[in-house]
Amino acid sequence: MKILTTLSRADSGEARVVGIDVARDPERVRRSIGVVGQKPGLDAEATGRENLAMQAELYGLVGAARRERVDELLERLGLAEAADRLAKTYSGGMQRRLDIALGLVHEPQVLFLDEPTTGLDPEVRADLWREIERLAGDEEMTILLTTHYLEEADRLASELVIVDRGRTVAQGSPDELKNELRGDTVQVELAESADGNAAEAVSRVSGLSELAIDGRLVRARAANGAAAIPSIITALEGSGLTVASATIARPSLDDVYLRHAGRPFQQAESEDDEGTDVAA
Amino acid sequence: MTPLRHTWQVALRYIRALLRQPAWIGISLVQPVIWLLLFGALFRRTADIPGFTSSSYIDFLTPGVVVMLAVSTAGWVGMGFIEDIDRGTMDRLLVTPIWRGALNLGSVAQSVLSIVVQSMIVICLSLAVGAHFHNGLAGVAALVVVAGLLGAVFASLSNGVAVLTRQRETLIGIVTMVTLPLTFLSSALMQQSLLPGWIQGVAKFNPVNWAAEAGRSAGAPNADWGPIASRTGFLAALLLVSSAFATRAFSSYQRSI
Repeated sequence: MKILTTLSRADSGEARVVGIDVARDPERVRRSIGVVGQKPGLDAEATGRENLAMQAELYGLVGAARRERVDELLERLGLAEAADRLAKTYSGGMQRRLDIALGLVHEPQVLFLDEPTTGLDPEVRADLWREIERLAGDEEMTILLTTHYLEEADRLASELVIVDRGRTVAQGSPDELKNELRGDTVQVELAESADGNAAEAVSRVSGLSELAIDGRLVRARAANGAAAIPSIITALEGSGLTVASATIARPSLDDVYLRHAGRPFQQAESEDDEGTDVAA
Repeated sequence: MTPLRHTWQVALRYIRALLRQPAWIGISLVQPVIWLLLFGALFRRTADIPGFTSSSYIDFLTPGVVVMLAVSTAGWVGMGFIEDIDRGTMDRLLVTPIWRGALNLGSVAQSVLSIVVQSMIVICLSLAVGAHFHNGLAGVAALVVVAGLLGAVFASLSNGVAVLTRQRETLIGIVTMVTLPLTFLSSALMQQSLLPGWIQGVAKFNPVNWAAEAGRSAGAPNADWGPIASRTGFLAALLLVSSAFATRAFSSYQRSI
């Protein structure tokens, strides 16, 4: 991300953004992209309007054109009323919106969002998701977003890249990736610990794969989870076991991550800081 | 045009922040005022030393205090950069097409502005306690100009060090280790011909001394403008070098992240 946005230089290799080599012509890349970093980029000691005015000047927007663009952005991101207050008095959500406004001043072709919702409360996050969807939808802006939240990637991304320990492990749309897993996860909880009988009973049910039994939990994958559940319950109860509950889950990106990275997402999170990269 | 406009935008940002905390100018004046009034009173009899050419110590001391305030105000300028880096503001600016030199020069401009204001206040105060400036406004203006130039040199160095180290503690250490010795190894507080020989030798290469000598002789009777101009020129040349250093520091910063 730092290399693509020209903040940092690559030791080796080549990278292009909108067809421009970032190492050869960083100046042109900078004019084509907007960047919203992980840390807030705003100047807390200046007002929202002053922040945007300075940013606009740096991209060569001056005079009436600058004023118009600044007003438009303040309006659109819901900051018009707070425009003349110091940014340090803004709420977390407002500061994030000002950061995004700063990245949009020059109407970039590509917007980079580096973990834009980290540390935000759920309401503000949902608000931001709507704004990102609007930019990608109505304004047809290309957005490259990195995130550690898989549900965020699932909701926003049209194209997804999972990077684990610096390596790309999967790529595709969220639906494609989930469909690759073929089928639903079926989970049955027993009233008491499962024994060998249970495994044998369930393995006789046709159409199941990846059967796993762990204590009272019986888990398997089925092409059609809803159709498989009754047969599984019948098989288990037929061998004298009591079923406490049964659930079906469509595959989630967590399952995709588990499959490609070879370990659960939460575990990877605590092991290192490499998360999921998403391009929307 | 673009470099100038970008520099102005950066300067405007820092100037606005300063104007929102005007108390800061007052706080930074406490030290120079103490030097001027207390040190001036303490060493009043210095003027009686045989060979001391100024008629009063306060006449002699005032330009020295103005130069000292320039150095100490400018030394801390890099703190602003460290804060900008910590907060993420610097990274945001670095991915815009901003002219790189504007980052340092804009911050330097704000620092020079505040040095000029502080110098004027100290000069007015010195006049109130009986200091004399010869050569009219030209003498006073020359003092303010060399103080501003010296301040710009130190502000650039402070910014460069700030970007390279990115640590407040390191910057505080370096500023303290550099500014105080440079002040004492100059004629800021004592006439050059009365300094020990080795200090006179060191002082020849000390920019603080260039500024103190030039600023003082501009306000002395029968000012010799030749050496004043050449010392001012040295300071200007040093400013070019130090601002190039501060701007180059950003490439090193960008390689390291």
